[in-house]
Amino acid sequence: MVIPSQAISLSDMFTSKTFTLSVFILTLLFLVTPLQADAQVAIQGETVYTMAGDPIEDGVVLIREGKIERIGPADEVEIPAGYDVHEAAVVTPGLIDARSVVGLAGILNIEDDQDQLDTASPLQPDLRAVDAYDAREELVGWLRNLGITTVHTGHAPSALISGQTMIAKTSGQTVSEAVVDSLAMVSFTLGPQAGAQFSSPGTRSKGAAMLREYLLRAEDYRDGMEADDPADRPSRNLEMEIMSKVLNGEVPALIAAHEVPEIMTALRLQEEFGFDMVLDGGVESYLLLDELREADIPVITHAPMIRTAGPAGNAAFDTPAKLQEAGLDFAFQSGFEGYVPKTRVVLFEAGVAVQNGLDFDDALRALTINAAALLGIADRVGSLEEGKDADVVLFDGDPFEYVTRVCGVFIDGEHVSDSCK
Amino acid sequence: MRTLLLSLLVFFLGALPLFAQESPVAFENATIHTVAGPIIEDGTLVVQDGVIVDVGSADDVSVPADAERRDASGKVIIPGLVDTHSHIGRQDGGDGSSPTHPDVRTLDAIDVRHNSLMRARAGGITSANIMSGSGHLLSGQTTYVKLRHGRVIDDLLFCDDTTAGICGGIKMANGTNPIRQPPFPQTRSRAAAIVRSMFVEAEAHRERMEEGNAQRDIASEALVEVLNGERIVHFHTHSHEDILTILRLQEEFGFEVVLHHVSEAWKVADEIAEAGVASSIILLDSPGGKLEATNIRWENASALADAGADIGFHTDDPITDSRLFLRMGAFGMRAGMDEAAALEALTLAGARMMGLEDRIGSLEEGKDADFIVLSGEPFSVYTLVEETWVDGERVFDRSDEEDARYATGGYQVYDRNFGQHHHDHD
Repeated sequence: MVIPSQAISLSDMFTSKTFTLSVFILTLLFLVTPLQADAQVAIQGETVYTMAGDPIEDGVVLIREGKIERIGPADEVEIPAGYDVHEAAVVTPGLIDARSVVGLAGILNIEDDQDQLDTASPLQPDLRAVDAYDAREELVGWLRNLGITTVHTGHAPSALISGQTMIAKTSGQTVSEAVVDSLAMVSFTLGPQAGAQFSSPGTRSKGAAMLREYLLRAEDYRDGMEADDPADRPSRNLEMEIMSKVLNGEVPALIAAHEVPEIMTALRLQEEFGFDMVLDGGVESYLLLDELREADIPVITHAPMIRTAGPAGNAAFDTPAKLQEAGLDFAFQSGFEGYVPKTRVVLFEAGVAVQNGLDFDDALRALTINAAALLGIADRVGSLEEGKDADVVLFDGDPFEYVTRVCGVFIDGEHVSDSCK
Repeated sequence: MRTLLLSLLVFFLGALPLFAQESPVAFENATIHTVAGPIIEDGTLVVQDGVIVDVGSADDVSVPADAERRDASGKVIIPGLVDTHSHIGRQDGGDGSSPTHPDVRTLDAIDVRHNSLMRARAGGITSANIMSGSGHLLSGQTTYVKLRHGRVIDDLLFCDDTTAGICGGIKMANGTNPIRQPPFPQTRSRAAAIVRSMFVEAEAHRERMEEGNAQRDIASEALVEVLNGERIVHFHTHSHEDILTILRLQEEFGFEVVLHHVSEAWKVADEIAEAGVASSIILLDSPGGKLEATNIRWENASALADAGADIGFHTDDPITDSRLFLRMGAFGMRAGMDEAAALEALTLAGARMMGLEDRIGSLEEGKDADFIVLSGEPFSVYTLVEETWVDGERVFDRSDEEDARYATGGYQVYDRNFGQHHHDHD
């Protein structure tokens, strides 16, 4: 992230006639910029989980200009003079919420702050998440203070196609400052959940049929756009444009499906149309481990603490452990909550998975590097390695322990939270 | 003849008390948190006939010769958890005919075989206050239950007589949930006025009763029990102005009241403490989801503790999952409570809020044998509830495959119709 204060160097300020104005601007920037931005920072951790090799005991992470400058054991990495030094018992990369609706589904839960689902039509792939994401929304801040530095967020499940998703850092004052990927996936839903808000589809089978018709239309559009003579091409259509990207494998289909029939439908659609698919939720995925592995489908598993009601009735705390054991790629999500609490927190969800059989290391990987790989952003985030974004979380103990607190969060080198939560 | 004998046998077995191992059972080598005193390392707990016979360090407890001895090395034993606010058992309360239903009993609707009760047992909950919802100013009489395995509601009650006895508290609510179309109030002030008039009429009924010329009126009789301090009011409330309204009502009519949820307790912790009113709070993974919960804070726990108020916790199941009730105590610690206070809030404090502290909530000689066996420290994420015992009978055993399914969930374990709707009124 470019910090505007870099544009004004100290020497310019003290020699130029614009000194007063500069001080004024700088003061303003201090007022609106959380804590000190872009300082050179050293983080000393008793244990540093880099997620790129073994944990480092007594490690140091150096941050410069928003990136990780160096990382290693304290006896190998000297802290240069002038670095702002922070200490923590445990240091991890910034955590990744692989499927959320924060920024679109606000804390108040009133009509005015719920932008995650438009019910005008069950098929709206043209809805962009960037047009609704509110970087200052309170729940974004809630997640940030608990160590979640990257969210894959956007339109919610509950329509056959509800819209697009995006990837954002949980910092920034505007969507432009926050965004990592403005078009991450397209959000699909199968099963009874897809019909609850619409007059049609009224059944699982109707939902599948509607999607197949739609995808066939999209194939026609895509093929039509490849015509040699521009005059033969169809006129531009935003829905079909996005669907063409899905069909071409440029944008994955994120398919929310909870029970066996709709997960199987999703696999059939994937096979028929050949798009890239990520399974969202997958409450009964523990019954289809072989099928998911054969089709090589990654899973953004439901929050383990999801209420065992409706389509999530058969949810189990030990699903993440089973996905891990089956060798499936998976990450954690906060998902969508229609009531209290308005968002879940992947750090806490992973804790419950750990309580129910998932190994510590696997849980931390699912929250960081594996989530980054699943979302296609592992070149920037997910591990503490030189040159990657300086997204770092400081804990006062084992991250999964209920009583451990998050006592510092850095995003792109910016110290965005310094109190213990 | 065989069928008759079998029927008789079943009849008599069914008539036996549900607890009661005749010979004592001794748990040895455990770490025991009694909640009535310091933590006991190398502790022994002896139970018999549904009650605690002895508890203390191995040196101080003599295990009876006929006791079944169980090695609890490495285990931690704590009192059974007391959930002061739960909706397990598919309870029902009042209907839409009135904003107040003092005559309505939840115990007439509770399904004791419902699998939500197994969820509570799997979470180490041994007693619960089953309440109706908060969509009414007064939605009905609550029911205090022991989570014994039982066939019918009578098997789970603390009271002996469902007609003449007092088998629970009474559920009231203010704030946005009971604000609806008439005859419900449409403003907070009207809500308070309706409640005040209700209690003024109840005072008149009490006078008539004392004079011996009262007609039978089960609604008024329940309210007289409230006025007499025999039936505790469990009052759903969120915002600080609504909390203060309850303190005014309590002062005016002198009933026993426990505040529930108390989302903005941190704003008026001193006033709550000064009124001597207890709070049963809930700690959520995030704020919001309804307007009144946007200012809820984990620090409610430490704010009330620092002010000197009595604090309990509740699940509000299905709002939070009964299987994770211990986790709420841990979040209290995360927000600044000490371990002993957090454990008391999950046990003895809850017992006090139901007027049952003489029977449950701590491990002391003579109290009910309600306890749980944990695999480790009470507030660690790595700890599992291994066994739940009620009245000396094991009602949950994680080593049993069927019970373990209730602990983790899975295919067709739980009733998907329970908690499906948004429970706007919980």
